[in-house]
Amino acid sequence: MKNPGLPRERLLAMHRFLRLTRMVEEKLSVLYRQGQILGGLYSSLGQEAISVGTACALEPTDLLAPMIRNIGSLLVRGVTPRDLFLQFLGRYDAPTHGKDGTLHFGNVPRRALIGPISHLGTLIPVMAGAALAARMRGQDRVALTYIGDGGSSTGDFHEGLNLAAVLKIPLILVVENNGYAYSTPTERQFRVESLAARGPAYGCASESVDGTDILTVHAATRRALERGRRGEGPTLLECRAFRMRGHAEHDDMRYVPPGLLEAWKDRDPIKRFEAFLAEEGHATPAAMAAVADELAAPLEEAAREAQESPYPPPEETLKGVYREPGYEEPWWPAP
Amino acid sequence: MARPVSAVPKPAGTKRAETGAATEGRLAPGDAALLTMLHYMKLTRALEYRIERNLYRQGKIVGGVYVGRGQEAISVGAAMHIRRGGDESHDDIVSPSHRDMAVFLMQGFTPALVLAQYMGRRTGPTRGRDGNMHMGDLRHRLVAFISHLGDSIPVAAGTALTFRMHGTDQASFCFFGEGAASRGDWHEGINFAAVMKLPVIFICNNNQYAYSTPVSRQMAVRHLSERAPGYGIPGETADGNDVLEVYDAVGRAVARARRGEGPTLLEFVTFRMTGHSAHDDAGYVPKALFAEWERKDPIRRFEKDLLGRRLVDAAALRGMEARIEAELDEAVAWAEAQPYPEPRECLVGVYHE
Amino acid sequence: MALTTYVEAIRQGIWEEMEADERVFILGEDVGIYGGAFKVTEGMLERFGELRVIDTPISESAIVGAAIGAALMGMRPIAEMQFIDFISCAFDQITNFAAKNRYRWGAGVPIVIRGPSGGGVHGGPFHSQNPEMYFVHTPGLKVVAPATAHDAKGLIKAAIRDEDPVIYLEHKYLYRRIKEELPKEDYVVPIGRAATRREGRDLTILTYGAMLYPSLEAAETLSREQGIETEVIDLRSLLPLDKDALLTSARKTGKVLVVHEDTRTGGIAGEIAAIVNEEVFDYLDGPVLRVTAPDTPVPYSPPLEEFFLPNKDKILAAARRLAAY
Repeated sequence: MKNPGLPRERLLAMHRFLRLTRMVEEKLSVLYRQGQILGGLYSSLGQEAISVGTACALEPTDLLAPMIRNIGSLLVRGVTPRDLFLQFLGRYDAPTHGKDGTLHFGNVPRRALIGPISHLGTLIPVMAGAALAARMRGQDRVALTYIGDGGSSTGDFHEGLNLAAVLKIPLILVVENNGYAYSTPTERQFRVESLAARGPAYGCASESVDGTDILTVHAATRRALERGRRGEGPTLLECRAFRMRGHAEHDDMRYVPPGLLEAWKDRDPIKRFEAFLAEEGHATPAAMAAVADELAAPLEEAAREAQESPYPPPEETLKGVYREPGYEEPWWPAP
Repeated sequence: MARPVSAVPKPAGTKRAETGAATEGRLAPGDAALLTMLHYMKLTRALEYRIERNLYRQGKIVGGVYVGRGQEAISVGAAMHIRRGGDESHDDIVSPSHRDMAVFLMQGFTPALVLAQYMGRRTGPTRGRDGNMHMGDLRHRLVAFISHLGDSIPVAAGTALTFRMHGTDQASFCFFGEGAASRGDWHEGINFAAVMKLPVIFICNNNQYAYSTPVSRQMAVRHLSERAPGYGIPGETADGNDVLEVYDAVGRAVARARRGEGPTLLEFVTFRMTGHSAHDDAGYVPKALFAEWERKDPIRRFEKDLLGRRLVDAAALRGMEARIEAELDEAVAWAEAQPYPEPRECLVGVYHE
Repeated sequence: MALTTYVEAIRQGIWEEMEADERVFILGEDVGIYGGAFKVTEGMLERFGELRVIDTPISESAIVGAAIGAALMGMRPIAEMQFIDFISCAFDQITNFAAKNRYRWGAGVPIVIRGPSGGGVHGGPFHSQNPEMYFVHTPGLKVVAPATAHDAKGLIKAAIRDEDPVIYLEHKYLYRRIKEELPKEDYVVPIGRAATRREGRDLTILTYGAMLYPSLEAAETLSREQGIETEVIDLRSLLPLDKDALLTSARKTGKVLVVHEDTRTGGIAGEIAAIVNEEVFDYLDGPVLRVTAPDTPVPYSPPLEEFFLPNKDKILAAARRLAAY
């Protein structure tokens, strides 16, 4: 691991977000097993460095659209654990008033965040358009979104990336190659070694980096940002990692050869980063453990608050289909 | 009245027979094949001329007209490799697009049948239900395309999937333009064929314009074949106005497919010598481009080649043209005499019956 | 008197909105240098520049998706589908992204998706469709279909100014066949309001798009030959539907005939019949009848297409049947 010149406080902030991401997801997993979470739960275990590394590299005004395994990106953007718990528990005070689950929400004016839908790939043309609009308005904003190895097979991946390349839109497409799309291994998803091969196929820049190395991810994102700001168009940034849990919480991953998981455990992104921080003298193991302790109590509190938070009233079902008071812009204030 | 039969025999040399001796590694067709190719290029050109410049302007064709003028070498050079004349476990299958008239002719559609289609007659291949090049017939191993370009790519992959399932060495030929390649379905289809190692030959007719959109606004790479490495398949770009180059490239791709090595992406660069359709004057194309590509006319080039080899002489060419014109006269007369469908036939054929 | 065609009215409406509001822009295939396949955007590239009139690759899904993204960023995109038949390529983005965004996280998507629909021009199955019901069936969208040049201009403005996604269905058959004098001042036709084109006491015809004209012709014939006075209402807006207008007329005449070029099953006539049945059953003097295309793809050959399309005679036959109750 090599520090691309980031100051210590930045490194420690990134560490904190890594820890927070994992802890939030662990708590969600507990809630899921208690039967409290409605719908699916998707983990980013093993991939946290991708979410946190990329999101930390952006300016606060750059546009960000998370996908289902990017809770880390949302936390970097200032979404709180409480917001996330409320979402998964389907409560009224959640960013969608309980209308949608998981992290299917956004807030453009306050957080430069665009929320996903379940249909993979759809965010790519959407974010291309968002960055295009920013350019039209004379704003220097890059758009970043994510797609999985599976999602790269969708038509929207192709149309969105091609459009961005042709119009030289500053879009960063982070391809999280985590080895599996549900039960489909990458060998059954495409026939290239690395999805970075698709960059030249569209006439745009591409890179493939180790997604378990947060500093590499960060540095590559910065390069892509600069490229975009210079008017050179999109970057396809493949970040390689491994999906350490099932497709979703209910999936026991029996289709994954056992040795594979073991091998990737050694490359755990938090373990690697903490080793680096200790080696470089930025933090002691004790101090890093203390971060987790510090985060624990507020996290529990947030979860408790969310669980006690009211459900939406039934009439909420009919609200907000069209523009109406309360639905003129994201109601979620995002402090 | 029986349908007039084409005066020229369907292309031989495709029933598991050798397509010609290789010369210095490049596939070269034998003399008979060369003459067949010339015939079909000239027939296509003449037929489309009749459709676009005569019948359409006389108001005898309703709806749109889309011809492949200047691009004939691609369909012809490629279609020579389509295996025919056997049964379902032997013959290849082909998904042409609107600029591939020669493919239809070489698969056994007569000019008369094509004209009946354009004129919406009951005895055309779609019985008047669809127009212009939207025709197909599984007995001729032709899959009809739809206007939503790009949709045919996954369909072609699907046909090839059955060949893998049945363990045969049949192949699927898929034609499309450089514009269709921007569609999501194109991506999904090619990726699928690549992963499944399906025997498809993907043939891009890059005629450099999609309606008014030049290829520089369609993609940020210079050649569509540059997409191939992104799918892990071989890709090649060649001169679409040289029928022998087309023949060679497609032949190698077909051999690859039959050996079970999966799909190939071929791009043949040519030029759309007409508007997008009969009503489009293509005013947005710089005139100099038309002039430049006129000089590279694929038919004139091939004729010059064959004259040089003394395979034909000027008299033979004129004779060929005269026979073609006579055939087309007969075909037009036949088609014009064909009945329109009965109005109630609108309701027939929505479902299996 | 300067008469403006239907297609020119659309062009004017878009042009004026683009002049007035720099957030408005267009993207689609051949919209720039070519001025659009039907010349709706002629001259706009020269006037507004290539950042506001964007020629795209053939990518309907990306066209709509990019429009959604730009709208989230505060722009007012108009996405053109060269033929509305190709809107199916963008179905996912429209129904799952644009339509549901506000409902889920309060962020409206003020986009317009427009294109030429309808048959009668020998277009065949893929250049003649009327896809409205896929979208009328999707809460969160609005769907409009102007029948006059006046409304074409007023509705495109309303659509552009609307805060929610609007599917704007122009009828290609009407493009150059109808014209009228348009008001000089800025005006808007509100979405969700029908227009009464002809008043009558005996029978109500509810229709939209190109079918307005054979409906009016049938009404003329009924009046002249049989003294039957038909009220003809141009719905203009399919979602939201002007329920008040259609129910008021149903109460007045007691006899309702719905005419649409769309195919029968799942066409809006069924929905209207259900509404009329539920709300004004006591006022009816006969069943709600409908004249529609049959349940087939749009065929190409003239006799087949003629069989397929509703026309004045078919409307007359149904109207007479209903009038006899």
